[in-house]
This record gives sequence, C-alpha cells and structure tokens, in this order.
Amino acid sequence: MKLSRYVARSSSIAARGLGDETMVMSATNSTLFTLNEVASEIWNAADGVTPLDEIVKRRVCSQFEISPEAALEDAEALVENLASHGLLLISHEPIFKQGNSFKELA
Amino acid sequence: MSSVKAVALPSSVVVEIGGLPIRLRCDDPSFVLQIHERYAGYISSSHDASFDFNIELAPPGTASGDEDVSVTCNAGTWLMKRGDFRAQFNPATTRGHIEQTINPFSLDSVLRIVHTLLLARKGGFLLHASSAIRNGRAFLFSGVSGAGKTTMVRLAPPDAALLTDEISYVIPESSRYMAVGTPFYGELARAGENLKAPIEVLYLLAKGPENKIEEIEGTAAVRGLMENILFFAKDPEFVRQVFDSACEFAARVPVRRLTFVPNTSVWELIV
Repeated sequence: MKLSRYVARSSSIAARGLGDETMVMSATNSTLFTLNEVASEIWNAADGVTPLDEIVKRRVCSQFEISPEAALEDAEALVENLASHGLLLISHEPIFKQGNSFKELA
Repeated sequence: MSSVKAVALPSSVVVEIGGLPIRLRCDDPSFVLQIHERYAGYISSSHDASFDFNIELAPPGTASGDEDVSVTCNAGTWLMKRGDFRAQFNPATTRGHIEQTINPFSLDSVLRIVHTLLLARKGGFLLHASSAIRNGRAFLFSGVSGAGKTTMVRLAPPDAALLTDEISYVIPESSRYMAVGTPFYGELARAGENLKAPIEVLYLLAKGPENKIEEIEGTAAVRGLMENILFFAKDPEFVRQVFDSACEFAARVPVRRLTFVPNTSVWELIV
C-alpha cells in the first residue's frame, strides 16, 4: 500500500495569485516560479495536513478532466520539483505549523 | 595690508532624493564639495535630515575593485560592502557609517543600496529604467544594459523632462505610483531633474525592426518587473517586501513591451 504524502508551503517563500496563475519567489535565492491553474490549486491546498492524493481528488479531479491516477502522477512530479527548489516540504507524516514555519513531525 | 578672511569649509551636506533627506558628514571638506557637485539639484537647503551618515575616507590604493557587492542584515543593522566601500546602516537609529575611497561614485553605490532598503519598507523600489515626464505623466523604459534605456531618453521630444537615464525611483503615493527624478545616471552622464509625476506606463524595452507595443499582464508583468528591480539584499523579509511591491505595482500600472527602432518615431507611440 502506498503511503500518503503531505505537502506544506515553505516559510522561505513569497507567493501571490495573479489571475489563474500563482507566482512564487524563493526568498533565499530570489528565483521566480510561475504555477499554472492546476498547479496553483495544489499549491493553495498544500496545508501540511491534507494528504496529496486527497488534494488531487478534491481540487484537481473535481475541476479538470483528468483521471485520478494521471493527476496524482503529475502532482507528485510537481511537488517534488517544487520541493527540490525549497518551495515545498514533503513528508509521509502531517506537517504542522509552529510559529511562522512548518515543522515536520518525525 | 593684507587681510585674513575666515572661510567656513563645509563638513556636511544633506542630499535629498525621493523626498528622503540624508545628511553626509566627512572631515575632508574637499570631498564634501565633491558631493555638492555630484548631487547638484538634490542638495537640500534645510539642515534637517531623516538619516545621518558619517563618511570616513580610506587612503588611496586601499580599494579592491573586483569584490562583488554584499548586503546583509545583522540584528537590524545593514552591512554593505564592495571592494571600494564598507558601510553599515541602522534604520532604527537613523545612523550610518561609510568607509570608502575618495571616489564619489562609491558613495553613489552606497546611496543606491540605502534607498533600495528604505524604499522597500514603503512599497517602492529602484528600477533599472530610464524615465521622463511628458504632459504631467511619467513614462518608464526598463531593461538590462544595452536594451535602450539611454537611447529612449535621448530620442525624447524637447518637452519631455528627464528623470534619469539609468535608475528610476518608484514610490507609492495615495493610490498611485510616482516616478521621482534621481541623480543616478548611466551613459548620458547627466543627473535627472528633481521632479516627480504619476507613472502612466512601464515599458519593457526590446529593439526590433519596427515600433510596436504589446500588453503584458499577470505573472509575465511581475516577472519582467522583478528582473529589473535593484535589490542587493538576500534577507528573506526584504525579498518578500520587494516581491509584494512588484505585484502591487503590476496590478495598478500598465506594463507593456515596447519594441522599437532607435529613432524619434518611437515617441509617437508614447502617449
């Protein structure tokens, strides 16, 4: 059985929704990223406590014509890419916010 | 009989850019006179200043020209350094200290950094852009080196007032964004007029075979703006402030791509 994955927005970013897209800036190296409409849905729902597959089901499959399997596969690639740039945290456990930053529970 | 006339040499000068008076003190009166000349048009007649900087001149030959600029924040004090200067500035105490060579352009760099730090707190920024006022409205022309910033203001009609050919000063005021003249110049080697006006349009420059204007919206506008905003500091809070300012600006001021042939016909499109 595949373990659930949780995603949370890093505290070291600045982000702003602009129309259907979202612009995210790394506050550590000032790199800019533009998220399209689907990626923005996942980004906005990345609260650290909702499993990624649940986010995909509720926020992506309900609005866009895509199979759950394909959507989850795309979402996993997206979050891994964003995590590799320090914009998202990924964990197999819920990630809770402490103060102004998310803390991953071991 | 010869007379001895006492001449009071200046030990400080107040340079006011963007309505922000900064007092610069130096024990060397000849350097203070150099500052007077460099910032002519931006010297305040008032002795009041919001910030005080003491300048200590380093002996000639002590500069290391190849060191990149570094701006860091430590417990509220900003530390700025490059091969030709080391400076610190605490906005809370309103005091700063600069160690630099006698070159006034080192001071120019420190002032640019200080203004980027202070402007960020107000939602403003310095932008790699030339700017000019025409019919009471300011037009900004932004781009990297070689994009045509100086060319655009050189081609401007005689009724246009030059604000800068290099670094535009952008500050929110009420519900508008204003462009303010600066003494910071590029190839033109001439300071802008000390004027301000509401910004009508920000043009991102590109050279091409014909003159044309295209709207840029949303994330593309913010990206184009961020690529040209001066910010030296890597402090996360500062980066967030600049990013938020860019988003606010792009939401309120039209951003357009201006592709142009470098002749006066381009100004027929600037209305």
